[in-house]
Amino acid sequence: MLIAALLIAVSVGSERLAFFDLSDTQRSILFDIRLPRVLLGACVGASLAAAGASLQALLRNPLAEPYLLGVSNGAALGTMLAFVFFEQFFFARPLFALAGAGLATFTVYQMARSRAGMNVERLVLSGVIVTTFLSSIIVLFTSLLDAARLRGFTFWLLGDLSQATMSGFYLTLAASVLGTIVLRSQARPLNLMMIGERDAMDFGVEVGRVRLIVFGIASLLVGTSVAASGSVGYVGLIVPHLVRLSVGSDNRLVVPLSAIAGAIFVVLADTVARTVIAPRELPVGAITALIGAPLFIYLLRRN
Amino acid sequence: MLEVKEISVWFGERKVIDNVSIALGSGEILALLGPNGAGKTTLLRALNGTVALKSGAIALNGAPLEELSRREIARNIAVVAQENETKFPITVLEFTLAGRFTRGAAFGWETEHDVEAANNALEMCDLSGYAKRVMNELSGGERQRVVLARALAAETGILLLDEPTANLDLAHQALMFRLVRERCRDAAASAIVITHDLNLASEFAERVILLKGGQIFAQGPTAQVLTRENLQEVYDVQVLLDENPASGKVRVTTVY
Repeated sequence: MLIAALLIAVSVGSERLAFFDLSDTQRSILFDIRLPRVLLGACVGASLAAAGASLQALLRNPLAEPYLLGVSNGAALGTMLAFVFFEQFFFARPLFALAGAGLATFTVYQMARSRAGMNVERLVLSGVIVTTFLSSIIVLFTSLLDAARLRGFTFWLLGDLSQATMSGFYLTLAASVLGTIVLRSQARPLNLMMIGERDAMDFGVEVGRVRLIVFGIASLLVGTSVAASGSVGYVGLIVPHLVRLSVGSDNRLVVPLSAIAGAIFVVLADTVARTVIAPRELPVGAITALIGAPLFIYLLRRN
Repeated sequence: MLEVKEISVWFGERKVIDNVSIALGSGEILALLGPNGAGKTTLLRALNGTVALKSGAIALNGAPLEELSRREIARNIAVVAQENETKFPITVLEFTLAGRFTRGAAFGWETEHDVEAANNALEMCDLSGYAKRVMNELSGGERQRVVLARALAAETGILLLDEPTANLDLAHQALMFRLVRERCRDAAASAIVITHDLNLASEFAERVILLKGGQIFAQGPTAQVLTRENLQEVYDVQVLLDENPASGKVRVTTVY
């Protein structure tokens, strides 16, 4: 399915491409523009969905999502700082994004937990507060940019794959594969933590260590994704939810399958974003949010 | 097996457990009794290392508890506590298999033996045919039995039970204690049970600890501790004591 989605996505666009007899221009569109974009989209989708699935299990909350928890905005602010102050270093963006994502995760977690544990409302509220706070700082910084860069940046903030490059893809690929493997290795402890942190401790899980690994890796995945493509929202919410509907709650299945399904989802969403108003484009984040926000409301009501 | 020496637990400025010592022998059920807020649950939590001690020491099979990993502790001690609701559709079998976490590879899949142990435990708890049901859709009493099944599936030498019969009907209350009794007898295990049902404690426990204000008020063989004076002093209520005609054990009746 993933391969089919990749093929469709590479072929479809404002310039329709066959797989044979390409002209030089078409070849260039295929290899320099479309292929990196589609591949990057797949990695971003995999990263965000795997991170979302694991954060949900860890926080015992199916509504936990990197974008809503402020993790994506943390990464976005980090990327922005790198962009403004260290534009010449290739690794500055992902590194700052990772730091921003980690800080945001830690802050939301500390705000949401109380002596009585953590409830849905506290978590969502803390996420909203951190997200809006970070947004306002981001807006502050955007006002420093000139008009030409501003439009690119606004698109990027909403989640945009149009700036994809092969070097960005390799980095995101490495992070998404490694990150998903590590998260999958924590899937069985996460199964216990999904029941309850105290239960998990009682039955032999080193809760603190699992929490540290999952927060760290989720920050890495979100950080590299955001650095490459901005904040593509709701992927980490929609995809694990659909995966759980079909295979149940076992994280040993949910985490890797979410990564695969997330890749498919973002690739298809980006294909839609590129084609609905072609030759103009929408940011892919707009498409994912259009699907994700109603689902979030539905899940919240059902809770 | 489990040796508790002069432990104290503080929550901030408040002393919750004060200088408690317990020796838990093989094959026995020890009932932990006392009014609300006496520190029973905190004491139970301290015994498997999930609540930190201020002073004192706990030894598990001769080894200091604080030097053991969560995994090593969980291999020896299983807990039955009040289950909190989960928002994920976890099946009864998945929940029960959590008890097998310390067996085999942590990151892999359960073995057939694990699944067999879980299914056996479910059967013992009168839950045959429940394996694929979702936890959220069960009644409180059914869930409580799954929680016991998870602890039994862990096949540990020590069971810690925090009000295991709170949601159960009469027949399942008896079943719960019979299962714990059998496990202690057949597998030379031992159990510490918190309960408010003095008559169940009287029927099934060899020894009783009466806890009041974080301190041990009385401990010893069940019939010696369950006296009118002790109960009236600890619970601050009038009670009548006589003999259960079926078992010959002490029977406690509250005077309202």
